[in-house]
Amino acid sequence: MVSFLRFFINGISLGSVYAIIALGYTMVYGIAKMLNFAHGDVIMVGAYIAFCAMSYLNLPPLLAVLCAMVVCTCLGVVIEGLAYRPLRQAAKLAVLITAIGVSYLLQNTALLIWSSNPKVFPSVFNVGQIRLFDGNLVISSETILTIVANIVIMIALTLFTSRTKMGKAMRAVSEDRGAAELMGINVNRTISLTFAIGSALAAIAGVLLCSSYPTLQPTTGSMPGIKAFTAAVFGGIGSIPGAMIGGLLLGIIEILGKAYISTELGDALVFAVLIVVLLFKPAGLLGKPIREKV
Amino acid sequence: MNTNSKAPLLKVDDIHVYYGSIHAIKGISFEVNEGEIVTLIGANGAGKSTTLNTVSGLLKPRLGMISFNGESIVGMGASRIVAKGMALCPEGRRVFQQMTVRENLEMGGFTRPADEIPASLEDVFKRFPRLKEREKQVAGTLSGGEQQMLAMGRALMSKPKLLMLDEPSMGLAPILVEQIFDIIKELHGAGVTILLVEQNAQMALSIADRAYVLGTGKITISGNAADVLADDRVRAAYLGG
Repeated sequence: MVSFLRFFINGISLGSVYAIIALGYTMVYGIAKMLNFAHGDVIMVGAYIAFCAMSYLNLPPLLAVLCAMVVCTCLGVVIEGLAYRPLRQAAKLAVLITAIGVSYLLQNTALLIWSSNPKVFPSVFNVGQIRLFDGNLVISSETILTIVANIVIMIALTLFTSRTKMGKAMRAVSEDRGAAELMGINVNRTISLTFAIGSALAAIAGVLLCSSYPTLQPTTGSMPGIKAFTAAVFGGIGSIPGAMIGGLLLGIIEILGKAYISTELGDALVFAVLIVVLLFKPAGLLGKPIREKV
Repeated sequence: MNTNSKAPLLKVDDIHVYYGSIHAIKGISFEVNEGEIVTLIGANGAGKSTTLNTVSGLLKPRLGMISFNGESIVGMGASRIVAKGMALCPEGRRVFQQMTVRENLEMGGFTRPADEIPASLEDVFKRFPRLKEREKQVAGTLSGGEQQMLAMGRALMSKPKLLMLDEPSMGLAPILVEQIFDIIKELHGAGVTILLVEQNAQMALSIADRAYVLGTGKITISGNAADVLADDRVRAAYLGG
């Protein structure tokens, strides 16, 4: 029972990271109608920036995270402006291939700068741990922080999209780009903002991921990126609460699957669940089938 | 009306619009003077909506001039043109289905300072009491007529000098069509200049000052609405004899 609880909590923690990454996928998809496959690699860049800030510049962890967020935000906006914006009217496939290209560009640039030798990510947030059941169940500070960060981000994003003018404008663009333009909403600026937010979240996710799984190398972002994308589809791509639920479920399924079924098959299980869900709910758990009223 | 000494509010001069290689608009010119109701009528596919989309900045003309309030607006982009005082209530209404009525209206006022929004909301609610009742409802749950009202209210939130309406009667029951046209007349009475695109030529001509008839990308007939209504060719083509 205690071990189940431990796996479950680890699952929530991993799932929280997936959820934060999935938010980036789902927001960009919702607003720019594209799959930004470079998103996973932005996580990796964020983790490296935080790593450098802490190891070489000796900055405190929080400041390092802030640095990573700033760099990733700029990176996201630049990627969007240089690689995706010129393709706004182009075929979907061209955009998709470009995104994959950007993904490799980021990985290989990281390889050039930081080499392929894995870096050991420093333990960032050592603020103690919670011990339950006479020390049989230890919840690390990373785990707690990851879950708390996830909840805070979720609440902040919900408030942003439901209360602020720019947040509402984002929803408007996501529903009908042309109509949004007719309202006077600058669509390009809105898309930039979406990339900025998504990338800042990626930086946070990168640091959280690497503080729980401290091996950092140029491909660090790709697997979590793909799984988070899966989480976004699982929850219903374009839906913010969907990304949240999808991410959490995926993390829990992965950890429980690895613990009780097979370590090797844990990843495969994640994708198998996705396939099953999509068979019955093609739009994902919270996705709405698109319908139009004439 | 054409003898007005003032420059027209909207002047469209020989615009050509392409969809890829299709030459959809082949040199259209028309004017809308301040205080007028002007209607563009014509069959399906004649280019009426394309014309409005081009004027509003959603599409770019390959050739030609469009000026609004004496300023060229070609290539300015829809989001900047709205702030100049021109609003398009698009074909098919295109309200934001997943946003509430109030949020839709707020989006309509996107270009205006925040402190002016409450008063404008009140104005719209006064004109469309139905929307007030449905304020917190998601727009997708409204009926077709209510959605049309919302689309018009949303366009009014930007305080336009020129309101362009694309097929406001589409898909509505006759009684609602009457209502919508009454509202258009009211808006006109309140000083809004109106450019109206309609399939329902009879209704449009009955409230308009002037009319332009579009046939596959060109203006074929133009003049005072009463004259156009009496024109044999128009009667035969658009008014069922």
